[in-house]
Amino acid sequence: MTTQGVWRPDFFSEAREIDQAITTADQPSYKGLASPAAIRRMSRGMKMGMYAAQQALGETAVTVPDAIITGTGLGCSEDSDKFLRSMWENDEQFLTPTSFIQSTHNTVAAQIALQLSCKGYNVTHVNGASSFESALLDTLLLLTSGEHKNVLLGGIDEIAEQTYAFLQAAGYIKASGLRETVKNSLSPGVNYAEGAQFFSMGVDQTETSYGEVVDVALQNELDIPEAGSFLQDFLTTNDIQPTAIDAVILGYNGDENDDLFYNALQQELPLTTPLYYKHLSGQFDSCSAFGLAAAAFILKYQTIPPVLYWNEKNPAKTTWKNILIYNHYRGKDHTLVLVRTC
Amino acid sequence: MSSGSIAVTGIGLISSIGSTVEENLQAIVAGKHGLSRVVNFPTRLREHIWVGEIKRSNDQLSDNLDLLRPHAFTRTGLLGAFAARQALKSANINDVNQLRTGFISSTSVGGMDYTERYGSTYLTSSEWHRYIPSHPAGDSSHKIAKYLGIKGFVTTVSTACSSAANAIMMGARLIHAGRLDRVIVGGADALSKFTINGFHSLLILSDEPCQPFDKQRKGLNLGEGAAYLVLESQKSVKQGSKNVLAYLTGYGNANDAFHQTASSDDGEGAFLAMKKALAVAQLRPQEIDYVNVHGTATPNNDLSEGRAMQRIFKNEIPSFSSTKPFTGHTLAAAGAIEAVYSILALQQNLVFPNLHFNTPMEEFDMIPQTTIQYRSASHVLSNSFGFGGNCSSLIFSKA
Repeated sequence: MTTQGVWRPDFFSEAREIDQAITTADQPSYKGLASPAAIRRMSRGMKMGMYAAQQALGETAVTVPDAIITGTGLGCSEDSDKFLRSMWENDEQFLTPTSFIQSTHNTVAAQIALQLSCKGYNVTHVNGASSFESALLDTLLLLTSGEHKNVLLGGIDEIAEQTYAFLQAAGYIKASGLRETVKNSLSPGVNYAEGAQFFSMGVDQTETSYGEVVDVALQNELDIPEAGSFLQDFLTTNDIQPTAIDAVILGYNGDENDDLFYNALQQELPLTTPLYYKHLSGQFDSCSAFGLAAAAFILKYQTIPPVLYWNEKNPAKTTWKNILIYNHYRGKDHTLVLVRTC
Repeated sequence: MSSGSIAVTGIGLISSIGSTVEENLQAIVAGKHGLSRVVNFPTRLREHIWVGEIKRSNDQLSDNLDLLRPHAFTRTGLLGAFAARQALKSANINDVNQLRTGFISSTSVGGMDYTERYGSTYLTSSEWHRYIPSHPAGDSSHKIAKYLGIKGFVTTVSTACSSAANAIMMGARLIHAGRLDRVIVGGADALSKFTINGFHSLLILSDEPCQPFDKQRKGLNLGEGAAYLVLESQKSVKQGSKNVLAYLTGYGNANDAFHQTASSDDGEGAFLAMKKALAVAQLRPQEIDYVNVHGTATPNNDLSEGRAMQRIFKNEIPSFSSTKPFTGHTLAAAGAIEAVYSILALQQNLVFPNLHFNTPMEEFDMIPQTTIQYRSASHVLSNSFGFGGNCSSLIFSKA
């Protein structure tokens, strides 16, 4: 569930570039997701999350996963905002609990567990731009240790009017009314959006598998010159040469400082095809999950949607085996994810 | 201990009953609780509720931490840095980046205390804008990690009231997988108007000191605090000739999948979490000497948890108590604070009293330990459950 609508085969060929400060995700009809009364009470994040979770499971034979693991930077902001405003407006009186109940960061993972009657491992990771990768690492730990066979993994962040207005006031989000894209960004701040990206992860390869997540690394802070060694250490750990990386998916978001890190990493991989995706997903804490979805698409269909090319450096490759995803936000929460064909 | 056990080599803690591990232990032994009226911020609920509030202002905490002003630490970050610093000292760690050292924190309230204070000015004045990026849960972890000088693996968990238990579990699993040599794990939560009013709107706050597992229990008291544990691999312990305080031998996480805020009648999630923890520790239920229960004193939790314990322990229920009458329910931090208490129980050979217990519940014949009990303990189980059906159990064993 993204600004580009729901996941589908022509997802990238129909994609439109974001050129506004705040772009909402195209919401489908949620009919059938739950009772109409329940749907009315749900926040955007809950609806998007439950929908995307259902869709991810729908592509597999798994009906009830062994575990549910999610990542979200801001959690259920819409309900937090609602409860906070009503506390301010009514001076701590006449408060109803619904929005408080739904304000905890783990609400989406909990609601999915409830809907699927999934009593297994259930954790929500909330660490800014590496929230999703924390959840991905947790997933890898469960699957590689043999504890579990399959995990439902998700990254969710929703637009909440007040929270986003605050982020805009602080200069994180571009001013309303501007029409800038990632590539022609001139003003400070970035284009924000929202989304819910879910993945059905399993130990076994199946007919519907997209690819394999090999490894993930997290680092709280880096200076630009350190991006290279962060990459080299990761490649060494995974015993892979820089030349073997066919494509690198970079988190370019149009912020001058943020993009310097992506330039630095790109220089370390001169033979690798650089790609980007935040011109389609927008920025939000768990948006790097969109990058993983893009990687999964490339591995499965063995073609790169032209809209993802960062520049003209497009070698006439016919196979895409190893893909690296690099993300960070404002110099913090750096993550590397290595995926390959399976 | 088996080679797979995770060593606890440091602990740090601040709660309403003390600013150090030693102060907490002394208060518990003396039967001295930390409940009072809210003092640190104005609230309409002041005279209606009891809270485990730490009587140190944010300025006092900042001074104690030698933080340069202006900074954008929220109270969660301040309490977290305060406790985490102690944990490092307790583990005799001078160069925090000498080994592959991670930091996994947890919080439910994050920076809400400042958002609720200054948020209404954000759109009209830039005076308090530095607190806008302090709002997300992950921000306090970054600030604490920076304060400790950790450059590396840092992340945050939030599963409501079971958060810290899951942060501890995640740390243990990262060490098992060989991804870290040691990791500082735990949680921090500050009291806020937001949470006080939220729990009040749910009608689960008691207007009296809470009475876990009592027939007359009326609900919980909220509290604030932070606690961190230093977990190390066996290899790291050997290399550093470290003093081991206890071992983390078991952990389990399950979801009740029953209701967003209520626990199931048979305590299915709690039962599964305890069962998994026992399996990981390779222990039989009878080998557990003491259970530090979640025991919030809400009618629903204690009944559900009690039933789950009956299903696990059958007719041989070990000594158990809730320490929440001392500290209040410290939400995301509770799992870490009570993990430290569990380690103290092992080290000091004692079972903590469950204050304010008078009348057994009608539904079952389970009586918590009401006075301090001195007895040798080898294995202690600690439960933490949260909204969203998140149930987690940890087992600590004697070093």
